[in-house]
Amino acid sequence: MSWIKSIWSELIGLFIEDGSFAIAIFFWLCGCWLVLPHLDLPSVLPPAILFAGLVVILAESALRLARAASSKNQ
Amino acid sequence: MIINWAHVAPTIVAAFLASLVEFVEALTVVLAVGTVRGWRGALGGTGIALLLLALLVAMLGPAIVHIPQEIVQLGLGSLLLLFGMRWLRKAILRVAGVLPLHDEEDAYAKESAALRALGNFSQGWDRVAVATSFKITMVEGIEVVFIVIAMGGIRRGLLLPASLGALAALILVIILGAALHKPVAMIPENMLKFMVGVLLCSFGTFWVGEGMGIAWPGQDLALAALIAGFLVAALAVARLCRKRASPGETPFTSQRRRA
Repeated sequence: MSWIKSIWSELIGLFIEDGSFAIAIFFWLCGCWLVLPHLDLPSVLPPAILFAGLVVILAESALRLARAASSKNQ
Repeated sequence: MIINWAHVAPTIVAAFLASLVEFVEALTVVLAVGTVRGWRGALGGTGIALLLLALLVAMLGPAIVHIPQEIVQLGLGSLLLLFGMRWLRKAILRVAGVLPLHDEEDAYAKESAALRALGNFSQGWDRVAVATSFKITMVEGIEVVFIVIAMGGIRRGLLLPASLGALAALILVIILGAALHKPVAMIPENMLKFMVGVLLCSFGTFWVGEGMGIAWPGQDLALAALIAGFLVAALAVARLCRKRASPGETPFTSQRRRA
């Protein structure tokens, strides 16, 4: 039955590998969904805000892991 | 039906590339199983898993059509983003030399040694062979199924192109595996993973935005801008990570140092 367990954990792991990373993405999406349609912004801004937030989350998370790997190597 | 090539072409390409990466990884293990434990069990386990995966796509794909499109775009788009961002972050860390590059030949050698160590070889259907090849095909194939469902189910008419992209990748990997009888190491897997991550994030962002009711400038062409945006951002982050992880080193020098 261990193979069922590993397939299941692989399924969950598709989306959540690092809890804080997944939570940040989830909350950013929720925030954008709840707030952006109600703001009176020029039409180009909401897509740019959505994209920029995702890039910031990606960069912060990757840099954090790189820093952790660097301090582990030293 | 009008075919929207702005979506169909990238859907086929993304499904093909993502599936190619997954199938190449599965092939490595199936080859090791076949060589060490026997081909009957290896091909049997793989065949059962492929049937189950095809059944999953056949059941889930058409079912999604009955869900309101906004909900599908938000739900599947969010999952695609969670999946794609995880994938892209790992690819960035590999390019930056923080994580080791994936090496199919190394994976093949390790898997072969592990299978030999299990011993207890049986004639005919080898249970270890069936279970191992079934498991790896399911594990890698579930990712393919998700990609096909997420990219194909999000808008009507895209399920077939996404499925065809995945099927083409499967056929290519089977042909390469049958011809070479060794891991497919000539495919630039790490670069492909980077590109697939960029594509998945771009698609996810686009669909989530649509689901939120955001009007994309240039409509469907915004997808191309998103792909360019994520590519530039990912390359810049990889550069920063490389500096942060080991100042003055390229990924290749850090790989040599590790070896």
